[in-house]
Amino acid sequence: MATRKEPIWIARDLSKCSGCRKCEIACSLHHEKRIWPEASRVRVFMLVPGADFPHLCAQCEDYPCVEACPFKALSVSRKTSAVLVNNKKCTGCGKCIEACPGRIPHMYPANKKIVICDLCNGNPQCVKVCQEGGWNVLKTVTRREHPYKLYARKPEEQTRSLAIKLYGEKAEEFI
Amino acid sequence: MILGYAGKFLEIDLSEGAFKNVTFDDELLKDYVGGRALAAKILCERLISEWEELDPLSPDNILLFLPGPLTGFFPGGRVCVSGKSPQSNGVVGSTVGGEFGVELRCAGYDGVIVTGQAEKPVYVFIKDSDVEIRDASRIWGKDGKETNTLLNKECRRLLSERYPDYGEWKEPAKLYIGPAGENKVRTAVVVAKWTHAAGYGGYGAVMGSKNLKAVAVKGTGPLPEVADLRKVSRLIDVVNKNAYENILWRRWGTGGGGYSFAAKTSSEPIRNWQEEWHDEKGYGVDQFESRLWVKQSWSDFGCGTNCMKIAQVKSGKFKGAITDNPDYEMEAYLGPNLGIFVPEENVFMSSLIDDLGLCGIQTGNVMGFAAELFQRGILSKKDLDGIELKWGDTEAFAKLAKKIALREGIGDLLAEGTYRAALKIGRMKGKDVLQYAVQSKGIGIGAHGIRSGKDFSTDIGYACSVQCGDHTSITDLPEDGAVGEVWAVFNDSAICCNFSGGFGLPRNLKFDFYNAVTGLALTRESWSKGGGLKTLQIQRALLLLGGPDLKWNPKVHDDNPSRFYEPLPSGPYKGKAADRTSVRESVLQYYQEVGWDENGIPKSETLKKLELRDVNKALRKLRK
Repeated sequence: MATRKEPIWIARDLSKCSGCRKCEIACSLHHEKRIWPEASRVRVFMLVPGADFPHLCAQCEDYPCVEACPFKALSVSRKTSAVLVNNKKCTGCGKCIEACPGRIPHMYPANKKIVICDLCNGNPQCVKVCQEGGWNVLKTVTRREHPYKLYARKPEEQTRSLAIKLYGEKAEEFI
Repeated sequence: MILGYAGKFLEIDLSEGAFKNVTFDDELLKDYVGGRALAAKILCERLISEWEELDPLSPDNILLFLPGPLTGFFPGGRVCVSGKSPQSNGVVGSTVGGEFGVELRCAGYDGVIVTGQAEKPVYVFIKDSDVEIRDASRIWGKDGKETNTLLNKECRRLLSERYPDYGEWKEPAKLYIGPAGENKVRTAVVVAKWTHAAGYGGYGAVMGSKNLKAVAVKGTGPLPEVADLRKVSRLIDVVNKNAYENILWRRWGTGGGGYSFAAKTSSEPIRNWQEEWHDEKGYGVDQFESRLWVKQSWSDFGCGTNCMKIAQVKSGKFKGAITDNPDYEMEAYLGPNLGIFVPEENVFMSSLIDDLGLCGIQTGNVMGFAAELFQRGILSKKDLDGIELKWGDTEAFAKLAKKIALREGIGDLLAEGTYRAALKIGRMKGKDVLQYAVQSKGIGIGAHGIRSGKDFSTDIGYACSVQCGDHTSITDLPEDGAVGEVWAVFNDSAICCNFSGGFGLPRNLKFDFYNAVTGLALTRESWSKGGGLKTLQIQRALLLLGGPDLKWNPKVHDDNPSRFYEPLPSGPYKGKAADRTSVRESVLQYYQEVGWDENGIPKSETLKKLELRDVNKALRKLRK
């Protein structure tokens, strides 16, 4: 997929996620030149087997993480709409995690710096592998008016929704 | 250090509550790679001198969780579980999918070696280099799904408390046992992610004997550095693209087998293998898909094949039961082998077997055996604690499965597995019932019969395999031909998935992959004459040395179950059977090719040439 010339968003259809974690592999290969699942900007949670889903930045309309950073380490890319982390300014204070309704940012495992999806400068690698495999959980779309912030859900909350959709009331036993 | 390895193994002594890092020489790793081969080598080095007296369920057994250098790179992320097998008294390398191997390598380990026995139930929690042996009394006795839930909650709570600044913690990967493993049932498995199991070998019982409920691991590091990342990435793409092309495989996994291996190839166990053919169209994969599958694609780490599906019974008596497809082996052994031909009932049985932590193959085998004895009037309703074990009675089989997992009444006897149960029942009834035991050297035969000659299984596949009834490790002539067991050894050592790694990929791909990861230059030939063959010799030697309760006599036991010599009674291949004379000839030919004497014992010259002097020494007493 060619890099788009306008701000983008990654549309997501979470219940189709197979839990293959190819998005983590692609993300870490792109950013770290290693397969490094915990350094990946997208992480697949599987708190209940089958209710697997990728947890990644939703690029909220009001960017509460950017607002919350006391060190101005976070900014919004005008090109893509992604949240960019300035590692020189980030102190790893974790205020952005607290500010995120989905607690999506996490620490880079090798040092105390935050990692957040940067939309691969407009050509997200996680989307590429998900599309190649035909799972279509992730899809790049043009950013328009949409309540993107809804997609910033905490792992437990998202798991509950998916598990109930999948298993019905039986899911209560596993949550 | 060879690339592709994390560089250290974790050894845990449960008796002492202590752990340390251990390493192996590069030369040893070049020969034995990881997984199954390395397991055989470690067990041989440490235990061969006492092997015959060693009870696999005693604290002296060594339990191994070994990924291979390809774990995490090769799509599917498998890990090998091994030790002295309470089924065969030999060594079985039993691989299982899931996330464990990947997490373990990201935590910086190439494997876990467990010795001794904990005083009370424990689980091991590994977070990178932090290792902790924790009380498991709260989860002991819990079924598989509950165990998974409780471990996720406890470990995530610990991680959040200990590393509050990290952000949200993903669940750790886990290998655990259900009640069957706790009760040292010989058909107990080591479970991952609800439905995945390291089945062959019976290592769930070994975990139970060590009072080890689970190992949970969270690794935050990268996978080990590789020699040629571009090549590794390219090869990952090759495997994935091949998977994407195999549409039927991706779509149905092995779930199509329940119908096809009966209707088409006539090789499915039906009523304890009395038949191998059925044409029950209601058992077709389309019915499983339409009525039961709630998830069409379910994968392990990096896998493009997603041969796993998730099924849930939505209505009726068995409403709520959840399992995977079931995959073919579960479809067969917990379906037609018990006279069950209803998808919902098969899903229920499979789900129950998952939850109890039993092996569907071995338990389906022993329950089918018991049901045939009931059919023949050898076991009475009274012998079966009041259960009328009629073919197709799902609730009766469910009751029996629970009794096996809890070792209650008749369940205690059947918990010994088909072969041992047959010996006991034979003594009890004064009758030879071994003719109804469809197994090889203590291990029930995988659901691929040989009589029709139309399946991949071979005439001597189970008779000569060092993993006995294991359908994923069969033998053939020539010894290193397309189906040779040395390739299964490589698969289970490097470790690759049979499904994402087979069917349409070039023959050399796994070796190219291994070389791209490690920077070495292993060829198929050097493996089949080197590490692969060495591993087979070690596994064979330990199998023949046996254990305190059972030893194998190759003249008697390097053979098919006698059922395979009975003509197929139905279907398009009616009348076909294995031929005793030609099987015996092939067995002897196999001995010769693999370097064993006419009694099936690895020859001194074979072992010396392979520099396996300790093995040679240990086998002297068998050569007398």
